[in-house]
Amino acid sequence: KAVAMAKLILLLLNWIFLCCNVAAVFEDQVGKFDWRQQYVGKVRFSHFDSHMQSSKKVLLASESNVFAALNTRTGELFWRHVDKTGPEGNIDALLQHGQDAVLVIGNGHLLRSWDIGVGGMNWEMVLDPGSFRSACLVGHQGAVKHLAVLKKTVISLHYLSNGHQKWVENLPESETVDFQAVYSGGNGEVYALGVVPNSHLAIVVYSLEDGEITKQVSVEAPWLSSIPASCSVISRGLLTCVDSTTMSLYTLDLHLQLEMTQIPLQTLGLDVDPGFRPSLVSHQPNPAHPPLSEFLLQLGPEHHLLLQHNDGQIVTLRDYKPALLASFATAGEKTVVAVMAPKNKTACSINLFSAETGRRLLETTLIFTVDPNGGKPEKLHVQAFLKKDDSVGYRVMVQTEDHTLTFIQQPGRVMWTREEALSDVVTMEMVDLPLTGAQAELEGEFGKKADGLMSMVMKRLSSQLIMLQAWIAHLWKLFYDARKPRSQVKNDVSIENLSRDEFNLQKMMVLVTASGKLFGIDSKTGDILWKHYLENIPLNAAFKLMVQRTTAHFPHPPQCTLLIKDKDTGLATLHVFNPIFGRRSQVTPPALPQPILQSLLLPLMDQDYAKVLLLVDDQYKVSAFPSTKNVLQQLQETASSIFFYLADSGQGRLSGYRLRTDLSTEQVWEVVIPTETQKIVSIKGKRSNEHVHSQGRVMGDRSVLYKYLNPNLLAVVTESTDLHQERSFIGILLIDGVTGRIIHEAVQRKARGPVHVVHSENWVVYEYWSTKSRRNEFSVIELYEGMDLYNSTVFSSLDRPHAPQVLQQSYIFPSSISTMEATLTEKGITSRHLLVGLPSGGILSLPKMFLDPRRPEVISEQSREENLIPYAPELIIRTEWFINYNQTVSRVRGIYTAPSGLESTCLVVAYGLDIYHTRVYPSKQFDVLKDDYDYMLISSVLFALFFATMISKRLAEVKLLNRAWR
Amino acid sequence: MARDLSFRVAVLFSFLFFGFINFVCCNNERRVGDALETDFSGLSVPLEHSFELDDTAKFVVRGTLLLKTGREPSVALSQNPLSEEDRVKLKEVAEVDGLYRIRVPRVSLQADRQTEWQVDGYLTAFVRACAMVESHLSDVITLHTDVSGYLIGVSIVTIPGACRGTKVEDEVDLEVFNTTLSIMAPVNAPGPETSLFLERMEQETEKKGKNPQEQKSFFAKYWMYIVPLVLFLMMSGAQDQSGGGASGRAAAA
Repeated sequence: KAVAMAKLILLLLNWIFLCCNVAAVFEDQVGKFDWRQQYVGKVRFSHFDSHMQSSKKVLLASESNVFAALNTRTGELFWRHVDKTGPEGNIDALLQHGQDAVLVIGNGHLLRSWDIGVGGMNWEMVLDPGSFRSACLVGHQGAVKHLAVLKKTVISLHYLSNGHQKWVENLPESETVDFQAVYSGGNGEVYALGVVPNSHLAIVVYSLEDGEITKQVSVEAPWLSSIPASCSVISRGLLTCVDSTTMSLYTLDLHLQLEMTQIPLQTLGLDVDPGFRPSLVSHQPNPAHPPLSEFLLQLGPEHHLLLQHNDGQIVTLRDYKPALLASFATAGEKTVVAVMAPKNKTACSINLFSAETGRRLLETTLIFTVDPNGGKPEKLHVQAFLKKDDSVGYRVMVQTEDHTLTFIQQPGRVMWTREEALSDVVTMEMVDLPLTGAQAELEGEFGKKADGLMSMVMKRLSSQLIMLQAWIAHLWKLFYDARKPRSQVKNDVSIENLSRDEFNLQKMMVLVTASGKLFGIDSKTGDILWKHYLENIPLNAAFKLMVQRTTAHFPHPPQCTLLIKDKDTGLATLHVFNPIFGRRSQVTPPALPQPILQSLLLPLMDQDYAKVLLLVDDQYKVSAFPSTKNVLQQLQETASSIFFYLADSGQGRLSGYRLRTDLSTEQVWEVVIPTETQKIVSIKGKRSNEHVHSQGRVMGDRSVLYKYLNPNLLAVVTESTDLHQERSFIGILLIDGVTGRIIHEAVQRKARGPVHVVHSENWVVYEYWSTKSRRNEFSVIELYEGMDLYNSTVFSSLDRPHAPQVLQQSYIFPSSISTMEATLTEKGITSRHLLVGLPSGGILSLPKMFLDPRRPEVISEQSREENLIPYAPELIIRTEWFINYNQTVSRVRGIYTAPSGLESTCLVVAYGLDIYHTRVYPSKQFDVLKDDYDYMLISSVLFALFFATMISKRLAEVKLLNRAWR
Repeated sequence: MARDLSFRVAVLFSFLFFGFINFVCCNNERRVGDALETDFSGLSVPLEHSFELDDTAKFVVRGTLLLKTGREPSVALSQNPLSEEDRVKLKEVAEVDGLYRIRVPRVSLQADRQTEWQVDGYLTAFVRACAMVESHLSDVITLHTDVSGYLIGVSIVTIPGACRGTKVEDEVDLEVFNTTLSIMAPVNAPGPETSLFLERMEQETEKKGKNPQEQKSFFAKYWMYIVPLVLFLMMSGAQDQSGGGASGRAAAA
């Protein structure tokens, strides 16, 4: 009986579960339509885990405040910790000892120790305030048990095991002396090194035991301004500095000397490259022992030297020229120097040298192939290990300017590459893949001009033949694959065999990253198909990617244009490329000598089907790209109907312009929002590829409420300058971009940004922080023309005299949000959802139905007829609405939506630190048969019915005949 | 989020369309004149317009706006009829599809700033000159203010708004403006409506409390029938699984 009861409960639970979970992904569908890629960001510090011989970990701390461990065999993440963005989570230093890795975070605010085996935190310590300068591990009598943290005014010593402070001491004369470095050579003393720029060097020695100052000296050094930039400690406490103005090396024995010894570089037979700032690198394999007496000196961009300090003399062990990079590595007791030298244009060779003697080690050459579409090598991370025969083997991780990590094994086998630039995607587009060769051939046949009947027939026959051939090849492949086990069938995607699938679900994702590297990613698998690094991208560049020609115009190649603009100067450049192959296009973009204010892609096309890009410069002159005669003529004809707007948030000015036939412009309207009270924070127009299927909404009483579908409408969001919680507000202005007419103006009082806005169809949804109720709120504005349409055929902003009806409603949302976007489908029949990126890493698919200002407070017969949900002030987050189930997307910054060939399906890409791609079906898959659809059953039923009719027909005939005979 | 506004782009491409719209008969009375009688303690600013054959802006005074300041701002307009010369020019401009522009200075309607206004820019708007002609100078001008009572925008539309290409023969139709004027302050956007919702919830719970019999759920009412049925189904299901599962499924199909 009890068993039966338990079963019953289980069954009921199952029912409930099934009823609720219809919208979610089934377990067997995980990873079928979606993929996720996790990134770290530009690497700042890296350490190979060397405490175990067999370890395959490399620790990375990045400029995106991420700390992670990678598998050196595959390049995949073992674990990753994502800290706060901005200076609060900034990783200042990474120190590794044995199983522990200690991070100094947030300008010396926090000290955190991690267990690198599992990625768990050992301890965390909050440090005294003060800006961070330097940190080092402190060893004594062969064991490393402490670490020292140097701040602007204090130095503190902490236990490595639990982070507790052993002692903290004020630095003497810290008002005048700028302490910059801390050093310990394993002899029970901690050295704090400070400098009074262009005057002298201050050295304070602390006792490891109790923090007592055992020695304090100041040394004349009028040429010195920064210790980390030009000095390093080598050997047994020998501070060595290099100075480019006096062209000399300086040495100072920290224990004995009170004056620096100058060694002119000329005496060593060395010369600094003009304009180059030389630098010194020393190596301390174990913090409990003093550093090596060998050090690396860089004298030019391609000139490195291995020097040795021997009995008070500096000797050159080896001169590396040309050498791009050089770096120390230690395996066991042996220390080696890896040097990367350019070999030819496409390859570099890396060699190992013994640090002690400077001799080249045999059979250690490794070839690094430089990607012509990548950046130059920037850093060399070497993992050295002892082979069985006690010789040194090594692998290198090369970091290039485009934030790529390449892990190479001897003799040059690339084990993996990671494109860390993808952790900072700025903008993206999805481009349709081209048709297959056969399809393209057919298209091309219609595209070409007819030349005689006979040749046309021949052409048709040949194209049919090609199609037949392709079909047979396809069948053969199917047959061949069917014999192999499923796991072995690989869908090899390469640029050569890329082609559009039946429902256009596979597209090319073109991503633009902040580093200036462009990527082409296959949306189905997430494979990087092409990459292209643009050099000389300004640091604060703004990017705008436009698709000028799609793949639909065979044989013209598709064409994308990237506008790169320096935010400070306004100067811009254009990069024109083929989005399928990533190659630079043959079309030469125009030079843009003037700062660019605005760019707009017109629906006009030139004779080669490229959309016209207009660029407005700071003289309000317009230039077109492409600027052929045909384009200029078209522009002249349509100039009077081309309007554009400019927004200057600094002055609160929105102004509208009209194009003149001579490509100059005239200002036609102006709206000025006083900057004393509010500032413009965001302006959102509608997406140009958006379709709206239905012009109106059918009401409960069968009448139609028509939507106000103004394609030129802009949603302008302002925030008040007064941030007091009682007086702060956000303003929403709906402005027609052609006439400058303010359609609606609303103020959300006691509210504050950041405001996230989505503007589509006839609605605007925005999210803000309510300072009064201290919560996040959503608000929706919908615009309706009313019960009759003013002009149902064409919308013109110049001829819509009546203001639309405005409906608005607000809701409470239980979470803050990171970004927001609306789904988009081919024809706009499918209902819309809002995709909300949450800080927790979830992406919520919120039905627009819940954000509808017509939701009634009191339920009536009519509202029920219309399927309106009764108003509830709170929007609830249902867990089955998360489209990325457990695939957390860290730090979502943007969501991109694109329609597919299926009306029910919308392609979604969420990008931030991670990239996640999936498909969503806002109205379920109404146009697709299910995966487990029973074809056998339906066809057997059909056949059975067919035969039954045949038989019964025959029987009926026989019966009729018999009756006739009777 | 793209916060870089100067970089934000919208393609604003408007298709002009000449529709067939019923002509609204216009009265040539000066509607706004009535307001002038009332006592006005506001400021007066010029309303200027410009219509030139080469579309350059040469603004001349069209009338005077009397803005009543304070808590509930209102506006009145006194304007002169168009001169013979202007009427001809307006018709000519309409024929070449020129623009009819208006502008007002940026002023604040706040009480403390009203004494004198200094020009720190204008707010401009436009309408096609042909629409102005064909509507017989029937225009609707709206002034928009921000929360602090500063004028931020002006808009002008004509009723009807379309240009059908009809000739206006009678010069008299173009003499007097038939202007509808209004001033709009931003509306307060509603917050989440919690109090009403709570009231409604309370009412419902009260209702439930009054007649508990009717409000019982389906399960609560019929559990004594459902539970044995489900039990029975489960028992038979268990037998099916152990024995002839296939036959059971076929029966279900």
